Amino acid sequence: MRKAKRKLQIIAGQCIVCGLCEGECPFDAIHMEGDVAVIDYELCTGCGKCIKVCPTDCLYFEGEEEAEEAAEPEVAEEVAPELEAGLAEYQGVWIYIEQSGGQVHPVSWELLGKGRELADALGCELAAMVLGEDVDDVAVATGYYGADKAYVIDDPLLAHYRTHPFAEGCLKLVREYRPEIVLIGATTLGRDLAGAIATDLHTGLTADCTGLVIDEQARLLRQTRPAFGGNIMATILCKEHRPQMSTVRPRVMEALAPDETRQVAIVRETLEVSEEDIGVAVEEFRPDADLDKPNLQYAEIICAGGRGLGSPRGFELMKELADALGGVMGASRATVDAGWISHDYQVGQTGLTVRPRLYIAAGISGAIQHRVGMQTADTIVAINSDPEANIFQIADFGIVGDLYEVVPELIKQAKAGNLKEKLLGDGGT
Amino acid sequence: MLKIVICVKQVPDTTEVRIDPETNTLIREGVPAIVNPFDAHATQAAQHLKAKYGAHLTVLSMGPPQAVEAIKKCVSMGADRGILLSDRAFAGADTWATSYALTAGLRRIADEQGMDLVLCGKQAIDGDTAQVGPGIARRLGWPQITYAIGIPDVDVEAGTITVERRLEDGVEVVKARLPAVVTVVEEINELEYASLPEMIRAARYEPEVWTSDDLDVEEQFLGLNGSPTTVSEIFPPPQPEAGEIIAGGRDDSAAAVQELVDKLIQRVEAGTAEK
Ligand SMILES: Cc1cc2nc3c(=O)[nH]c(=O)nc-3n(C[C@H](O)[C@H](O)[C@H](O)COP(=O)(O)OP(=O)(O)OC[C@H]3O[C@@H](n4cnc5c(N)ncnc54)[C@H](O)[C@@H]3O)c2cc1C
Repeated sequence: MRKAKRKLQIIAGQCIVCGLCEGECPFDAIHMEGDVAVIDYELCTGCGKCIKVCPTDCLYFEGEEEAEEAAEPEVAEEVAPELEAGLAEYQGVWIYIEQSGGQVHPVSWELLGKGRELADALGCELAAMVLGEDVDDVAVATGYYGADKAYVIDDPLLAHYRTHPFAEGCLKLVREYRPEIVLIGATTLGRDLAGAIATDLHTGLTADCTGLVIDEQARLLRQTRPAFGGNIMATILCKEHRPQMSTVRPRVMEALAPDETRQVAIVRETLEVSEEDIGVAVEEFRPDADLDKPNLQYAEIICAGGRGLGSPRGFELMKELADALGGVMGASRATVDAGWISHDYQVGQTGLTVRPRLYIAAGISGAIQHRVGMQTADTIVAINSDPEANIFQIADFGIVGDLYEVVPELIKQAKAGNLKEKLLGDGGT
Repeated sequence: MLKIVICVKQVPDTTEVRIDPETNTLIREGVPAIVNPFDAHATQAAQHLKAKYGAHLTVLSMGPPQAVEAIKKCVSMGADRGILLSDRAFAGADTWATSYALTAGLRRIADEQGMDLVLCGKQAIDGDTAQVGPGIARRLGWPQITYAIGIPDVDVEAGTITVERRLEDGVEVVKARLPAVVTVVEEINELEYASLPEMIRAARYEPEVWTSDDLDVEEQFLGLNGSPTTVSEIFPPPQPEAGEIIAGGRDDSAAAVQELVDKLIQRVEAGTAEK
């Protein structure tokens, strides 16, 4: 056996199996196994190369935990000068405007709100990218929500979304006008498009960002997203490629109040795609028959139930509460996995992100994966029999008790006191 | 005969991931590695096409050597051939570099045996990005059809595929030219149990392993070096400040609820006054 000068250790819970140490190790002594890096002590020489590259600081030498703390600070944000000059040609923050038949997905307005902030921090223009057929009104409206300029491609081939012509249109605009940042809503359509564009542009794309800020010194977009089950936040950079691209889910950012006096400069371009290039034809669209499909993302009041309901019948109670308050039902994943309610109602990391004025969580423990989907609600009420439940940590108001006593009482008082009117009435938007 | 390649990833079973209540970190020990569920549905969908039209199924994965287990699992689900791209040069790849390497693997498969259709899962449950499928489609220059919930028709003669897609407000039916890339969601099928002979075949099956030397790739585009994105910082989510516990929930829920209702109304009134 090789005698290592120091014994390498790993903090398993901190390892994100990124593979950096594996790539760095000259002795082939570290391997990713499932979800943790595993050290082969037969091969490890204790050289320490892996420790330097580990982004989560989960590797250390036994007995040297302290010294490692003081390790050199990160010199991450440095880029070669020639490259920097190339990158500097890219200016401006762009938002992709998702629309269908002139109807804009609200996430686009939300991103314009965020984009305004980023553009102001960078001292550059905020532009909207508008593709479709007959989209002049949409282009004008982007000004109301903060855009300085709208790049428009209006073409009958863009009447319905299809990846190829939309991607080609976006690529043409980006290559011609070179924005430094492009944000796209993390919707079904947005994800389909973003992955395609980023591939052709040979640039980074960070999905589902919850935080976007400018590092003014390095002129970089710091893209923060939950990683590895939401227990960890990761900040991602795209240092040497432009544009920097991110997708953001609906309801994560806030739209500006529209100002109908704001003007936008319109720049028109044409699409250079013919029907034969596309290779995909939309034959039919079958709208969902289920008209009461919940619109959780944009609901003002959500009454969510968790495993504490005890059985699927608990959702009947939650429905009654939701009706009494003029809201809709929501659910934790535990209840969805148990088959008590459909996935359409699931709030959280693998469900929906919501931002209601009032979120009532009954029998939900408040796991981080649930919290990331609802913690930006204006007011959170938690009803849980366990005083130690995590949900109380983020609740504005908590009641410790049996939901089967508290919720019926709440329904009763809500009805008697006309709470629905009071909550949604004149304060409504 | 239809030549189908399914791209699969081995992932930790996140439904088994638990949080250590003391340290608030993920407990990773003993978490089983599984075939990414969306990819398992893609494999099942391929198997259904094979049963209906006759097809040759190849499974392609990129990952560490132990990811051969994921491939064997797919062989038990009906795949005829399995290939693992495994090389230290691939480690640390982001979605751009992942689709680059996988596409190189796909091109080699296409050269060797032909390829009409690539099936992928919508996304991997450990990253949730949904970017690799579109990345592959663009690189191949093939039509990309995401979120498939059904493949009602494949017409090899005419060279077309009909796919039902799950969109936010309904189902869209598209007809695309082959070859094409299709990504699937769970709704497309129910996973079936492998038959005993298939399981035996899978247990004996040894997937081929290709390294970067076996592919037509440029080193600079592989793995960590080829990834436009870098992780700059990792930190625990911020702890929000706790609110107020309204007393009496256990013994006088009527009074507690009354207090809650008053407080909610106060908030609304305060909010309206501000505006
Ligand atoms: C990768 C990954 C992604 C995930 N994504 C999501 C997601 O998107 N959304 C999500 O919700 N979860 C998600 N989870 C699961 C999450 O970790 C939790 O397991 C889940 O949220 C727990 O649901 P719950 O709170 O309903 O159940 P539990 O954690 O079992 O909590 C039930 C609660 O009910 C209380 N209770 C019991 N009886 C009563 C009663 N009679 N009255 C009042 N209270 C009562 C209990 O005290 C307990 O706090 C994910 C997990 C992983 C690993």
